[in-house]
Amino acid sequence: MTPLRRYLPVLTAVLVVVLLQVALSAAGATYYLTQLTMSAYYALVVIGLCLLMGYAGQVSLGHAGFFAIGGYTSAVLTTCNLSAFGQTSWITSCRWLGMLAERRDLYGASILSFAPWAGFLAAMCLAGIIAFLIGLPILRLKGHYLAMATLGFGLIIYRIVLAAPIFGQADGISNVPPFPLPFGLEVNGRPAFREQNYYLAWALVMAAMVLAVNLVHSRVGRALRSIHQGEEVAHSLGINTYRYKLATFVASSLFAAAGGVFLTHYNGSIGPSEVTVMKSVRYVAIVAVGGMANLWGAMLMAILLNFLSLRGVMGTYDDAVFGAILIVIMLAAPDGLLRLPRWRRPMHFLSRRPHG
Amino acid sequence: MDFAQIVQYGLAGITVGSVYAIVAIGFNIIYNTTGVINFAQGEFLIIGAMTAISLSGFLPLPVAILLAVLLTTAVGGLIELVFIRPARDASVLRLIVITIGVSILVREAMLHIWDEKVRSLPYFTGTSVSTVSILGAHISPQVLWVLAVSAVVVTGLTLFFRYTRVGRAMRACADDRMAARLCGINERWMVTLSFMLSAGIGALAGCVVSPVTQTQYDMGAPLAIKGFTVAVLGGLGNSLAAVAAGLLLGLLEQATVSQFPNAYKEAVSIVVLLLVLVFRPSGLFSRGEISALRSA
Repeated sequence: MTPLRRYLPVLTAVLVVVLLQVALSAAGATYYLTQLTMSAYYALVVIGLCLLMGYAGQVSLGHAGFFAIGGYTSAVLTTCNLSAFGQTSWITSCRWLGMLAERRDLYGASILSFAPWAGFLAAMCLAGIIAFLIGLPILRLKGHYLAMATLGFGLIIYRIVLAAPIFGQADGISNVPPFPLPFGLEVNGRPAFREQNYYLAWALVMAAMVLAVNLVHSRVGRALRSIHQGEEVAHSLGINTYRYKLATFVASSLFAAAGGVFLTHYNGSIGPSEVTVMKSVRYVAIVAVGGMANLWGAMLMAILLNFLSLRGVMGTYDDAVFGAILIVIMLAAPDGLLRLPRWRRPMHFLSRRPHG
Repeated sequence: MDFAQIVQYGLAGITVGSVYAIVAIGFNIIYNTTGVINFAQGEFLIIGAMTAISLSGFLPLPVAILLAVLLTTAVGGLIELVFIRPARDASVLRLIVITIGVSILVREAMLHIWDEKVRSLPYFTGTSVSTVSILGAHISPQVLWVLAVSAVVVTGLTLFFRYTRVGRAMRACADDRMAARLCGINERWMVTLSFMLSAGIGALAGCVVSPVTQTQYDMGAPLAIKGFTVAVLGGLGNSLAAVAAGLLLGLLEQATVSQFPNAYKEAVSIVVLLLVLVFRPSGLFSRGEISALRSA
């Protein structure tokens, strides 16, 4: 595949993103940008899960757990108050490293907590380590066993979040500060930052897509696909299937954690509703609608479905819609909506089968 | 902890354990005929209990429960016909995803029919405060009902699979589908039947346990996780081992409750599940070489 063909979808997507913003601003409907930004962060989770499910062929019903590990770690670190520790040596050294941030709360009292970038790093490290430790045993499992094990992992995270006072129990954590970035940018959900954050989120999604697409078209991607198609054959060809699966699992958990960190700073809060099994199932449903091994399809569906869900289009039938989507896609179009046999020709551009 | 207290916790453990065992047997029945784990297994208990609760408003309790079990059996068959049969050649991953979708649809349907209120069936005998003393422990008579019904279900299923023609046909399908078909067994209907059977016993378990644990539309998923833990603990497909494993998990859970805050109760089964999956995925009671031959 020539570089042009590989990056043509990226260019198209960038164009669409820009046009969408211009059109929405011209129409005076910039409030749609907020939901599009949130959808973009959810899309990060979906892109990671698409690598794992579509390319490595391993199901995960616990990705909301990794999203939560990212979001909650950053939320805890950036909202905790270290003032009480004052001048102890580790606080001083953290300050010297620029890892601390001071701000004032609602009542003017000073709060000393970790800077968001430090929270981000900690969240990514923690998610990566947990994914590695969890993946080490459970990726030896297959089919139902793997599905249930990941589901169990997701449930444990949910229980911990609900039970531990440090995670705010049922209330979650609010008052998470914005995430300042270089060049005066910041991840911030206030209306004044709407356009800026729309582009920030999309830049992240595009970076993730380029990363994922390159991965899929590399030696690693070919190895992954061979695992998906026949693990024994791949193994006999000298591919260390277990190591590849583990690496993909860790990578996809990092995507999810990053989505969690940024969405938490964007919303200014995170709660247990982000950690439910239904959220994990939702990500799986989106990857399935997108066509399993179809990164662009997954991203497109992540934006579309999350946007509709966030706008409340589905009302009280929100979860039911995702359940129905799962069934219908699996029964009628296991290759995803974009690869319905009848649609194949007109949608050819979107539905190219990935070939290495 | 004195002796009476140990008996108390022990009986509570056996009670929940026998419910887990029935959920696990439901998993096994379907797994044996299709090779699929039905993620909607827990929902059958809730459908059964909820229907019985609604019907008991204007029907005598035994009739309401009977109708609820029959209705859930029909729902189980319908689920197989509509959702599973069209995809019977699909990969395991696809079938898992389909049953997950079914469980969500059923749960959402129940939410819209019965809202999110916690309900329960009346106690079969006595009231919520009547007790029976056993070895110094005081337990609700409903506990005896749960134990008796579980015992009847397990015995009934064992006899069914061993001595009836249909039961034997189902076992034949589990052993070798092709050979069963060559013997003239209608394998497709055996699959439907397995869904009906596992829905029916699930509904019965849901009804019996409803006065003790109460029933809410979203209680199916945790039950399914525990049932699956028990099924794996006993070795997938092995129903008698599932009974032993169910009692074991129930006792373990109660032991945790007696020592730690109630919040950790849920975590016990998940930790057990992960440990078993990692160290002994073929179950506690299986011999390694047999399961190796099976999976080959």
